[in-house]
Amino acid sequence: MSGPKVGSGPRSLRLSGVQTAALARRSLVAEWRQLFSVLPGLVFPLLLAAVYTRQFQRALGLPGFPEVESFLDFILPASILQAVSFGASSAGTELALDIENGFLDRLLASPVARVPVLVGRLAGAAIVAAGKTLVIVAVFMVFGAEIAGGPAAVLVLLAVSSLLVLVIGGISQVLAIRTGSQEAVGATFPLIFVTIFMSSAFFPTSLMSGWFRVVAQNNPITWIVDPLRRLVVVGWSWTDAAATLGIPAVCAVGTVGAALAALQRKLSRP
Amino acid sequence: MTATIAPTAEPTRPWRIAWSVCWRGMSRIRSRPLLIIPMLFMPLVLVVSFTGAFSSLTRIPGYGTGSTFNWMTPYAVLHGAMFGGLGGASATADDMESGFFDRLLLAPGGRLPLISGTVAYSALRSIIPTTAVLLVAVPSGLELGGGPTAVVLLYLAAAVMAAVLCLVGLAVVYRKGTMRSVMPVQILAFSMMFMSTGQVPLDFMDGWLFHVARLNPATSVMRFARQGFIGDITWSVTWPGLVAMAVMVSATVVAAATSMTKLSR
Repeated sequence: MSGPKVGSGPRSLRLSGVQTAALARRSLVAEWRQLFSVLPGLVFPLLLAAVYTRQFQRALGLPGFPEVESFLDFILPASILQAVSFGASSAGTELALDIENGFLDRLLASPVARVPVLVGRLAGAAIVAAGKTLVIVAVFMVFGAEIAGGPAAVLVLLAVSSLLVLVIGGISQVLAIRTGSQEAVGATFPLIFVTIFMSSAFFPTSLMSGWFRVVAQNNPITWIVDPLRRLVVVGWSWTDAAATLGIPAVCAVGTVGAALAALQRKLSRP
Repeated sequence: MTATIAPTAEPTRPWRIAWSVCWRGMSRIRSRPLLIIPMLFMPLVLVVSFTGAFSSLTRIPGYGTGSTFNWMTPYAVLHGAMFGGLGGASATADDMESGFFDRLLLAPGGRLPLISGTVAYSALRSIIPTTAVLLVAVPSGLELGGGPTAVVLLYLAAAVMAAVLCLVGLAVVYRKGTMRSVMPVQILAFSMMFMSTGQVPLDFMDGWLFHVARLNPATSVMRFARQGFIGDITWSVTWPGLVAMAVMVSATVVAAATSMTKLSR
C-alpha cells in the first residue's frame, strides 16, 4: 500500500492510536455541530416505543408471545437498533464528503497511517451510538422498563450498539470509497430499515406466518435481537451474551476489513 | 405605409401558471424516473412488513377484519401519499436554494397559482405510490368488499393527504428556504400516522394514545379510506372523514398562503 510506512513496534502502535483518537474526535465534533440531524435518530425510536407500548398491550396475551410485564420491555432492543441505524452510516457519509471535497487526498498525503483514517470515523460513530443507547435505556427505565440482566446486560446493550455501528459503518465506508458519493451511501439506510422491520425486532417470529416468518427467522438481526431481548426480559445468561455479541463482532471484522481492502485497492490504482 | 401593431400579450391566467408549475413537477419525474423509487419504497415496505410482522393481530377479538392487508393497506397508502406530498415542498425548497424560485416570483401573475400548482403536483403524484401498494396488496389478499367505490375513496384520501402535507411543507419552506427545513415536517407526518388508528383499532389503545388518536384528524381520514375494505361504506364514517380533510386543507392553505405573503414582502 502506498503512503507512509508504519512499523509494527509499540511506538507506531501508539502513534496509530493517537491518530485514531484525533480522527474519532473530529467525527464527534462534526456530530455535535449537527445535533439537529442527530436528534431525530433518538426522538423517532422513543416515539415509536411510546406508541407501540400503548397500542400492542393486548398482543401480550396472544399464545406464543414471550412473557413480559409490558411491551416496553419487549421493544427496548428494537428501539436501540433503530436509534443506532439512524446514525450508523454517518461514518461512510463523512468519508464520502471528505472524498468529494478533497480532504481525504490531503489526509492521505500527510503522515497518517491508513487504518486510523477509517477506524477513527467508525470509533466516533460507535461512541455516539453508545451515548444514544444510554439515553434510551435511561428513558425506558424512567417509564418503568426493567432490565432483568442488570448492569451487565446494559453493558452488553452498549457493546452491541457499538458493534452494529462498526458493521453498518463498514458497509457504508466500502460504498463511500467505491462511489465517492454521499447520495450512494445514503441509500444504505432504507436497506437497514427494511432489515430491522423484517426481523423479530417488533414482534416475535413465532406469531408471524408464511414467507415473512421464514425471512424473519433467517435474518441476522433476529439472531442478535432474540438473545439480547432475553437478557433484558429473562435475566443474565453467558450464552445469550456470547450469541448477541458474537454475531455483530464477526460481521464487524468482515465489514471493516472490507473497507480497509477497498481503500487499499483505491490507493493502489494509478 | 401602415404600421403593424403587435397584438398585446394575453394576460397570464392563474390556472395556466398553476398548470405549468404542476406540469414542470411531473416532467421532472418523467425525466428522472429514479425519483419514483424513494416515493414507492416506504409504502411498499410498510405494507409488506406490517402485514407480515403483525399478522397475528387479527386473532385478537375486536380487530375488525380477518386480514391484516385490509387494515394495513390504507395505512401504507396514506403514509406513502403524505411523504409523496412532501416531495412537492422539497422540490420548492430545491428551487429556492438554486435561485429558480426568485425568477418565478419575478414573473407576472399572482403568487397563489405557484402554491396551487405545487399542491396539484403533489396530489397527482400520490397516484403513483397508491397504485403500487394496491398492485402488491390485491394479489396478496386485500378484499374489495366496498367495490370500486372503496378504491375511489382511497385515491381521494391519498390525494388530499398529499396536498395537506405539501401545504404544511410549503408553509415551512417559504419561511426557511432550505431542504433541511422539510425534515421536521417528515417527523410531523410520521407522528400523525403513528398516533392514529393506522395499525390497530382505537379500542386496542389505552392511556394518552387513546385520546390523541381519537382527536387526531388522521384517524377520521383513515376510517374514511379504510371503510370499503373492512365492511360497507356508510355515511356515518364518510362525513367525519370529509370534514377532517376539509378542515386540514383549509388550515394548511391559510398557513402556506401566509408564509408566501411574508416571503413576497
